[in-house]
Amino acid sequence: MILYLGRRLLGALGILLAICAITFTIFYLLPADPAVAACGKTCSPERVAEVKAAMGLDQPVWEQFATYVTGIFAGRDYGSGAGATHCGFPCLGYSYEYSLPVWGLLTDRLPVSVSLAVGASVLWLVLGLGAGVTSALRKGGAVDRTLMVFSVGAASLPVYFTSIMLIWGVVRTAGLLPYPSYHAFTDGPVAWASNLLLPWIALALLYAAMYARQSRNSMIEAMAEPYIRTARAKGLPPRTVTVKHGLRSGMTPILTIFGMDLGGLLAGAVITESIFGLPGVGRLFYDALVRSDQPVILGVTLLAATFIVAANLLVDVLYAYVDPRVRY
Amino acid sequence: MSTTIETATAEAPPPPVKRSSRGPWRLVWDQLWAKGSARFGLVTVALLILLAVLAEPLSELGGWTPEEFDKRAVDPYLGGQPIGDFGGIGTRHWLGVEPATGRDLFARVLHGGQVSLLIAFTATAVVVVTGTLVGIAAGYFGGRTDTVLSRLMDLTMSFPSLIFMISMMSVAKDVNRILLITLVIGLFTWPGIARVVRGQTLSLKHREYVEAAKVGGARPWRILTREILPNVSGPVIAYTTLLVPGMIATEAALSYLGVGVRPPTASWGQMIAESISFYETDPTYFLIPTAFLFLAVLAFTLLGDALRDILDPRGGRS
Repeated sequence: MILYLGRRLLGALGILLAICAITFTIFYLLPADPAVAACGKTCSPERVAEVKAAMGLDQPVWEQFATYVTGIFAGRDYGSGAGATHCGFPCLGYSYEYSLPVWGLLTDRLPVSVSLAVGASVLWLVLGLGAGVTSALRKGGAVDRTLMVFSVGAASLPVYFTSIMLIWGVVRTAGLLPYPSYHAFTDGPVAWASNLLLPWIALALLYAAMYARQSRNSMIEAMAEPYIRTARAKGLPPRTVTVKHGLRSGMTPILTIFGMDLGGLLAGAVITESIFGLPGVGRLFYDALVRSDQPVILGVTLLAATFIVAANLLVDVLYAYVDPRVRY
Repeated sequence: MSTTIETATAEAPPPPVKRSSRGPWRLVWDQLWAKGSARFGLVTVALLILLAVLAEPLSELGGWTPEEFDKRAVDPYLGGQPIGDFGGIGTRHWLGVEPATGRDLFARVLHGGQVSLLIAFTATAVVVVTGTLVGIAAGYFGGRTDTVLSRLMDLTMSFPSLIFMISMMSVAKDVNRILLITLVIGLFTWPGIARVVRGQTLSLKHREYVEAAKVGGARPWRILTREILPNVSGPVIAYTTLLVPGMIATEAALSYLGVGVRPPTASWGQMIAESISFYETDPTYFLIPTAFLFLAVLAFTLLGDALRDILDPRGGRS
């Protein structure tokens, strides 16, 4: 187990480094000169050169990359002399737009995105798995059909449509909830939840629909396994058969998908956050795009990749506990 | 495509009576048609494709081109609101007009559909070809090839794909947005199908008929194209159909965020993005492209679900 974990951690690190390198190459080579963008339109060529040197952009690409990667672990200094600023671990560079360390920006925005992702995922797991398992156990019946019609329909609705309809219906017409604005959980759980309720529903509806379909399929497959028949034959009560034998193996494929989805959402749901005006990482990313603030774009991409890789790793480890057939 | 069908037909056991001969694809068709949801999907898909292909003549029939302004259809004193109920739906403009510009929505939604479906289909084609090639190679050759290709799949799947697509689209120069969006979507979606094909190939490569072909002196290329490929085609077709709705939605999301198709070219996502600020004053404008997008995604999902049940009853989904 420890050996396996060590190997996987090394692999994860390698993947992150590769993603970092690819992202770096694409975003530092393709677009217009960031120094010109940072300096403004009325900048003299000498000033641009100075800015370039201060940003380290006069170095060859691979050297910039090496500085960037070492900067993440060891921190780095910007500029020289009295104007030098130190950027400590984990240094992801300075935002061109805000002139602030990218790491600080990310950690400021992260609670919003995490609140959104975690709340929505609880909701979609309950709804999606509930619907999926219920359908699977009543395969072919009226309940199954109704649930599946609903879920295939909901899965086809784009999230921006659901969001707009929720805002229109709940906020504008019925006036039940205020227009969402983020309140920290520590300031008051009620305000936190009531403001995030609509984004949670909008996001969860889409995922719940997909999870209902997935979990129905895998639950039906699991319930057709020979060991279910054995469990029934030896006289176990139906509830035990379903929960202990069916559910456990039926839910393992869902775990993999859930890891990927949650990992991807933790670093920001770009569309949902921008529609509801939530100041999360996704919003930060979107604003950075509009202003071609490359350090921020690179930072968010890396953060998202880290979450996905970490979630995958966690899921693989969890497999050993959930599925007794898996041994390392 | 036709070769696949021929090979698959040739490999089916010879039917006892010649007159009632039915190829496996004919059977698939019959099963598909027997299922209500699949029939709905099939008809809707056919209809949408027809509308997209005939966008040009149909909009001519409606009397408007997608970029033609009609200032008489909007009220300049009401902030460019369309004149008439339901966004100006009537005999002059069949699906109403865009606020402010008065462009014909019927023409725009058809042309937008052309772009959306074109991107979805080409991206799917790119993904299926790449994914099948990589999957078959990884599964059949095994060893180092498999290790390298599987690592590549893992790497691609660890990319935060939507975030990455958005940023790649935003930094790219304006060359050919449609081609670009196709390639960018394709770049991140191929590992799914590659995994399915790899798994199938692994289970097929030790079957007797493959061994027989090998003993008979067939080269790897021939074995791959004549023995393996026809037998993975079922799951691949089912998976392909299920890929299309995802592609349509992704294109719409990218265009919605303003990094996909650029105006004046219309696509469903781009039309929704433009209409979203009018959702209260002119809901028709917002609902029409959304309805088309919804229908397209729904129809392809239903069709794909049915095809999967028929062609790949178990497995293939790992």
